[in-house]
Amino acid sequence: MNNWRRLITRDVVLGVALLAVIALVSTRAADFSSVKNLASVFNDSSILIILALGQMAVILTRCIDLSMASNLALVGMTVAMLNSNFAAIPIPILVIIAIIMGAMLGLVNGLLVWQLEIPPIVVTLGTLTIFRGIIFLISDGQWINAHEMSPAFKAFPRSSILGVTVLSWSAIVAIILFAVLLTRTAAGRAFYAIGGNPNAAVYTGINVGRSRCLAFVLAGAVSGFAGYLWVARYAVAYVDIAGGFELDIVAACVIGGVSIAGGLGTVAGATLGALFLGVIKNALPVINISPFWQLAISGSAILIAVGFNAQSERRTGRIILKKAEQSS
Amino acid sequence: MVKKVAILASVALAASLLSANALAENKRIAIVVKALGIGFFEAAAKGAEEAAAELGDVDIIYTGPTDTTAEGQIEVINSLIAQKVDAIAISANDQDALVPALKKAMSRGITVISWDSGVAPEGRQMHLNPSSNALIGNTIIKLAADHMPDGGEVAVLSASATATNQNIWIEEMTKVMDNYPGVTLVSTVYGDDLSDKSYREAEGLMSSHPNLKAIIAPTTVGIVAAAQAVTDAGKIGEINVTGLALPSEMAGHIESGVSKSFAIWNPIDLGYSATMIAYNLATKKAMADANTSIDMGRMGSVMLDDNKEGAMSDPFTYDASNIDQFKSIF
Repeated sequence: MNNWRRLITRDVVLGVALLAVIALVSTRAADFSSVKNLASVFNDSSILIILALGQMAVILTRCIDLSMASNLALVGMTVAMLNSNFAAIPIPILVIIAIIMGAMLGLVNGLLVWQLEIPPIVVTLGTLTIFRGIIFLISDGQWINAHEMSPAFKAFPRSSILGVTVLSWSAIVAIILFAVLLTRTAAGRAFYAIGGNPNAAVYTGINVGRSRCLAFVLAGAVSGFAGYLWVARYAVAYVDIAGGFELDIVAACVIGGVSIAGGLGTVAGATLGALFLGVIKNALPVINISPFWQLAISGSAILIAVGFNAQSERRTGRIILKKAEQSS
Repeated sequence: MVKKVAILASVALAASLLSANALAENKRIAIVVKALGIGFFEAAAKGAEEAAAELGDVDIIYTGPTDTTAEGQIEVINSLIAQKVDAIAISANDQDALVPALKKAMSRGITVISWDSGVAPEGRQMHLNPSSNALIGNTIIKLAADHMPDGGEVAVLSASATATNQNIWIEEMTKVMDNYPGVTLVSTVYGDDLSDKSYREAEGLMSSHPNLKAIIAPTTVGIVAAAQAVTDAGKIGEINVTGLALPSEMAGHIESGVSKSFAIWNPIDLGYSATMIAYNLATKKAMADANTSIDMGRMGSVMLDDNKEGAMSDPFTYDASNIDQFKSIF
């Protein structure tokens, strides 16, 4: 019985819910469950998956990063401007620049949280607007348009390796890297320890501030990477790109069972959460629902998913206690 | 760059003052823009010069602040009043803040009109809109229909479902659908002016309507995202993406052929028309009264409504033949 219950984790419940939604949509739009379409849904969700993984690292440490979408936009605009002015810079170099620049922006958040001990929600609310402001300053409000970007710049996320686009591969690689980081490295385990009990973490020799800072740097790095992917995919960069996307990122984490109180969450969960949102976003346009209902449906899906998670979270809590009692 | 333009403009201003003294009978018309150094307005100034050349006895004073503020424009207006120009044609940074300064100008006998971005009715004699809702509604469906000789399905990708101007344009468009037999509107979707949502909605349109011939997006974020989605789906030539956009944003998509044409007002025509109207009012050849029309040279004439506002023309169509000329302008 216990084993059986342990198998039905939140991730499995969410996975089943995801399949149910896909099946439900297929009854109205038969093409939706075709392999080709599902691959395109995954491709479309890739950026959200990558960002959700970064956000999860931050949330695990009882922090939150609301500046990810602004970071994405600032880095996206920067690499787009670099590409339009210096088309000779090879794309791999631009990608590395994007990741490093994103990490630096994340470091700003991390240092403010670590050294000045400002609450993360306040820090990142501040940098959210500051980053957007900087985009306006560097771009003068101008757009970088498709014809100003080099063909290679736009082609990279679209190019295909073994039938899968580089954009999708990026998400797959990010999933693997985060899975290894969070389950197999001391730094990753420290995130869970801090979120579970920051005081206890200090006693085990974990530097809480530095670990949190590292989480912000990670979130920043993936935001920067996603920034390049975003402008290359949509072939346009302007001040408002990915406006409001920070909320989607947090929603993906929450749907995926990442506890906003920290310490709880899996890579599979965050990935499924992002896919769940991606499936809903892609399904709504093809089943002809009024745009006003679409918002309500997206919102309800989030609430239902979180409701499920709250239930299962409570249950796991009890199991741990019972086991502790039994073993003593 | 902006500073250089400002210096040039002031040199031009000084030069025009000198020549005005020499030829006292010349009408001096000031084209006041939101800020100097903006491609759109530089193009409008070209149009104004074209009108001046056609009229013969006109000197154009192209001026404006260095940044888009109402304060800057008030200073410019005050200096123009001091120079006793004959007419001021302004694209306003603020609908209300400029009213006192412009009233002062009118009380000194200066003709004042606004164009592009309007001033409240008490601060100007008339306002020239680049186009009207009805003309825009007709243009966006015409753009699609022109490339569909056999008719077919079209869909609209708009901004948000609550965006007033887009909704009015789409409503005006549906009113004239009967003039385009064989063309049917199959769906209207909303991309909320977000690249990612617009892109997905365009993908959704393509999968729900396999026979779709055109996507009409009367919003710049939407048209660019739809063009990219159609390109990525490999449907260039099958589906034409059209609507309202700026030439600089669409240059790449016109070149690739995913968009055959699109429309937006032409700043050159706008500067030309504003100058023509200002001239006709300043020389008393026309009066700015409600329900009268004012001649605009090659652009025809403008009919004023009860608010003393008028629409210049259909939005101007941009395609492969003229995109290179305009993409660096705005």
